[in-house]
Amino acid sequence: MNIVVCIKQVPNTNEVKLDPVTGTLIRDGVPSIINPDDKAGLEAALRLKDAQGAHITVVSMGPPQADAALREALAMGADEAILVSDRAFGGADTWATSTTIAAAIKNLKYDLIITGRQAIDGDTAQVGPQISEHLGIPNISYAEDIQVEGDSVIVKRQYEDRYHIVKAKMPCLITALTELNKPRYMTPGGIFDAYREKEVKVWGLKDIQVDQANIGLKGSPTRVFQTFTKSLKAAGTVVQLDPEESADYMIEKLKEKFII
Amino acid sequence: MDFVLSKEQEMARTLFREFAENEVKPLAQEVDETERFPAETVAKMQKLGFLGIPMPKEFGGQGCDTLTYVLCVEELSKVCGTTGVIVSAHTSLGADPIKKFGTPAQKEKYLRPLVSGEKLGAFGLTEPGAGTDASGQQTKAVLEGDHYVLNGSKIFITNGGKADIYIIFAMTDKSKGTKGISAFIVEKEFPGFKIGTKEKKMGIRGSSTTELIFENCIVPKENLLGQEGKGFGIAMQTLDGGRIGIAAQALGIAEGALEETVNYVKERKQFGRPIAKFQNTQFQIADMATKIEAARYLVYRAAVAKDTQKRFSVEAAMAKLYAAEVAMEVTTKAVQLHGGYGYTREYPVERMMRDAKITEIYEGTSEVQRMVISSNVIK
Repeated sequence: MNIVVCIKQVPNTNEVKLDPVTGTLIRDGVPSIINPDDKAGLEAALRLKDAQGAHITVVSMGPPQADAALREALAMGADEAILVSDRAFGGADTWATSTTIAAAIKNLKYDLIITGRQAIDGDTAQVGPQISEHLGIPNISYAEDIQVEGDSVIVKRQYEDRYHIVKAKMPCLITALTELNKPRYMTPGGIFDAYREKEVKVWGLKDIQVDQANIGLKGSPTRVFQTFTKSLKAAGTVVQLDPEESADYMIEKLKEKFII
Repeated sequence: MDFVLSKEQEMARTLFREFAENEVKPLAQEVDETERFPAETVAKMQKLGFLGIPMPKEFGGQGCDTLTYVLCVEELSKVCGTTGVIVSAHTSLGADPIKKFGTPAQKEKYLRPLVSGEKLGAFGLTEPGAGTDASGQQTKAVLEGDHYVLNGSKIFITNGGKADIYIIFAMTDKSKGTKGISAFIVEKEFPGFKIGTKEKKMGIRGSSTTELIFENCIVPKENLLGQEGKGFGIAMQTLDGGRIGIAAQALGIAEGALEETVNYVKERKQFGRPIAKFQNTQFQIADMATKIEAARYLVYRAAVAKDTQKRFSVEAAMAKLYAAEVAMEVTTKAVQLHGGYGYTREYPVERMMRDAKITEIYEGTSEVQRMVISSNVIK
């Protein structure tokens, strides 16, 4: 079985601080990590490989520094790594990103594609499903458990208040949740091999078949007009009441503001 | 001169740090208080290859360098000195002499399970009457046909009772002094080999430190490590490597204490402001950080020397001497900066101070390191 896992290198948002003056993220000195949902997707693929054998190709689109994320994936046990990187791909929104990644995946053999649900630096949850659309294959999002049975996958799909057990014939795409598993650690020898014996292939514009109108900043229909940090407009009020009085108090306040 | 770790060493450091934070730190206080050997951590480290980092791939090792091994011991020791020394004693004292002096058959039989972590290693040189003066060995080995018979005892053996494979030194010819000492590979199950009293220690209390007793212990002839009479050299060369591991442990303990202290002084308020705002605190922290950085380069330098030079005794001795004394000084200052809280078990710095002390003593006291260094400087 051939599995393609898509990963994104993101700043570790646990360690990101906001510039109090400009309200922008201070990314300097913030370590980069594999996006947590993507890492769970990789671990799911590695477990399938452990259980029944599989060839895992990890794909990432990003700047040259994303090489480190791919090496980490190799050190965890992935077989092959491809960095989709070109200045022409820069500034891409989810449409342009998914178009580019799907074009890269068309160069590969795959039965199963696993992406993370969403990245912690963008939180769109769009790229995975869009890739499946570009490739014309089924998509099962929010996977909390993945089983392979013959030529199909059976996925436990998470909802707010329930699960669905969904079966789909491969090839298909699954978006993974961090709840799927606890990703394994790398091994020291795996890290050394990832740098000394394995290769991260870099694919640029010339290596994939893609309509240039749909890539990079120019091919991105999304425009960000402004970003801002939420600020408190007024101080809160603290009242000490028993539960019943609290409920009345809240209803009164909501009525005052014409909310109810 | 390049002071930058390679990309793979940097990534390995990240791995060791994550493992230490997630798997080791949560147990550190309990392991210390209850004097419990953290077997579950050793099992996890075995699975991840931490017990064979600088060991050849052909025997199931990780195929990394000594510096990467040092990074591992350092990161583990930042949060738990006990865990650091388990890895150090196993790797440098248990496995390394077999890697360096073992026959192909010995490597196959003993190095392989040691570097895969399936078996734990230890090293027995010290005796009640033979500490710094290691030549005063009383344990005897007598060749009888196809085996040696060992009689005697060892004390203060790290990983004692928990290890499966022991490198044991014994006199095969008392009349020749140090040239009468030989090294043996002894399995835990060999008849006549017993684990004696477990020491109750000031620090590294989760590490198992025991006495080893040999009563007509039968050791097959093929378990002689190196040649008969060459044991003293094997011990000294092994300790050169071991000292780099202990230097890394000391460095880690000092770094851990500094990290704890930096967090504390930013939060602890006296006279209406965090104590980090007082110049005394700032100057103490500056001295701690500077000495740690100096120790770091001596330790890393010694690690690189082990992989690139034939002899590295002086580099290892300087690294251990300095890192151990820095660890003691930094942890003592850390307790002082924590004030009364630092003296309680509510904060980890008192444990770090107790753990630091042993680094000035084992695998050659600071005085022994000074002997090694001075004998190479004053020629």
